[in-house]
Amino acid sequence: MTTATKWHIGFALLLLATALVVGSLAAFAFLLPDGIALIPFRQLRPIHVSAALFWIISGATAGLVHFKRVEFGETRGSMLYTGFLVLWIGTILAVFGFYAVNQYGGREYWEFPPLLAVPLLFAWLLLMADYFRAWLKRTPDPPLYVWMWSTGLLFFLITFIEQNLYQIPWFRDNYLREITVQWKSNGSMVGAWNQMIYGTALYLMVKLSGDEGIARGRKVFIFWFLGLSNLMFNWGHHIYNVPTAGWIRHVAYGISMAEWIFLINIIQGFRAKMTEQRIHRNIITYRFLLASEFWVFLNLILALLMSIPAINRYTHGTHITVAHAMGTTIGINTMILLASIGTMLGMDALPDKERRWIKIGRRITTVSLLVFWFALIAAGLLKGYRSVALGMTDFQAMMQPVNNVLYVFAYAGLGVLLGLGIVVWAYFNRLLQPSS
Amino acid sequence: MRTVWIILFVAFAGYTALVYTNGDAGRMEPATAQVRAGMDTWQQQNCASCHQLYGLGGYMGPDLTNEYQRAGEERMRAFMRYGSGRMPALELNDAEIDDLIAFLAWVDRTGSSQVSPENVHWSGTYFIKPTTP
Repeated sequence: MTTATKWHIGFALLLLATALVVGSLAAFAFLLPDGIALIPFRQLRPIHVSAALFWIISGATAGLVHFKRVEFGETRGSMLYTGFLVLWIGTILAVFGFYAVNQYGGREYWEFPPLLAVPLLFAWLLLMADYFRAWLKRTPDPPLYVWMWSTGLLFFLITFIEQNLYQIPWFRDNYLREITVQWKSNGSMVGAWNQMIYGTALYLMVKLSGDEGIARGRKVFIFWFLGLSNLMFNWGHHIYNVPTAGWIRHVAYGISMAEWIFLINIIQGFRAKMTEQRIHRNIITYRFLLASEFWVFLNLILALLMSIPAINRYTHGTHITVAHAMGTTIGINTMILLASIGTMLGMDALPDKERRWIKIGRRITTVSLLVFWFALIAAGLLKGYRSVALGMTDFQAMMQPVNNVLYVFAYAGLGVLLGLGIVVWAYFNRLLQPSS
Repeated sequence: MRTVWIILFVAFAGYTALVYTNGDAGRMEPATAQVRAGMDTWQQQNCASCHQLYGLGGYMGPDLTNEYQRAGEERMRAFMRYGSGRMPALELNDAEIDDLIAFLAWVDRTGSSQVSPENVHWSGTYFIKPTTP
């Protein structure tokens, strides 16, 4: 592993630790606004969101860069990659600097002053130049994970630019266009980083099993194209209630329903998974990948239900949306990224005593996240029922019983902090060892 | 594989162009300079941390899509100036408060954040009828 990659991983893990600590503080600041007066919720939320978002993107790119080096047979470091890293880390630190002095100016998930999008864009172009320069030299007929990495990198660029189109008055001067383009880009961007992360997950599965066939063949590509169609066209479920043209809603609804095929495929694959589980029981990478598949299953059911507009009417704008966001970012993305970083750091080569801590951390996380996830769903159901079915308009009265449920969520969040904190601590220790 | 990828990408590009140009179904009221200034204030104050528009944003305070209609201008002005139990006083000047109100009034005129039951089709989708002329 190069020194640059070590910095990349270290920075990504630091972002995860920040997201966890600040997320827990934000949960209690939400419930007890007068209790944690030191940093108000309005300031904690963007710090938490940006740390989580940049953890996922930084973790995804760290895996992608490292494994593509192995895959493409690169032996030397790259100035393009170093340039990306300097610009990327520097700009993200500046983002937190602006939050620290209460300077915003952006929109949901990207609350920092919009000028900072420029260096982030340049950093991404450097990363793409580094990747595609090596990609061009590669032999034809690449396995699926290479397609996924390439598509993820390209679509992140497209959606990041789209996310900033509101700087052009033509987009901003029409509120329906403004909100549509904002959530079109946000929705597809999630699909873009999922391409990079799932590509790495597939790569790891191929290496674990030694079976290249997993990443080749007609069936896997058909499923991938189905997923890619979702990235491109199903973002409309974010804005079902916005009075846009009806076809935006109908296209999103139709495309989302194709996800039932994924669900059926997961259920059909359960038996094979059970056999696989017996073989790879003690491998850290595999256990994190398996945990992510469990969360894919749960979140897919939730996503499918939320994608039906008649149900979305009750869930939109409630904590069920948060459950879906947290379930996917922690349960799926973070688990895969921890598998990926664990492989890069060679965690499986550690003595059993040290690996045991990771196992404990993973178990605490899974149990806490389950409580956390169900509490958010319960809070969302309650809010949906009281606001839509009962038509309550007094916000504080409507939220009173919801907030009681959210205490369960906040305390379970401390469990997630503890569980993932143990894993992050073990990874940091390993990263700082000269032999890593 | 490459052909399928290119076909999908072209479809995505075409759909994007269609969304940009026709996604609003012709329901448009152009923003005035004051509305634009109000939108800037909304973003600079990071109002979306606690409030939603069309159910998108934070969860600490109410959805403000139709607050202009529901609460009225004076009540909104008082909240912005003095805050309330959970909302901090944002120390906005008069011009910024006027801009924010103009922005929220503009958002309010685009439609309703809650879909009424009569707009839900038996197939599960919505057919939202325009609420503004």
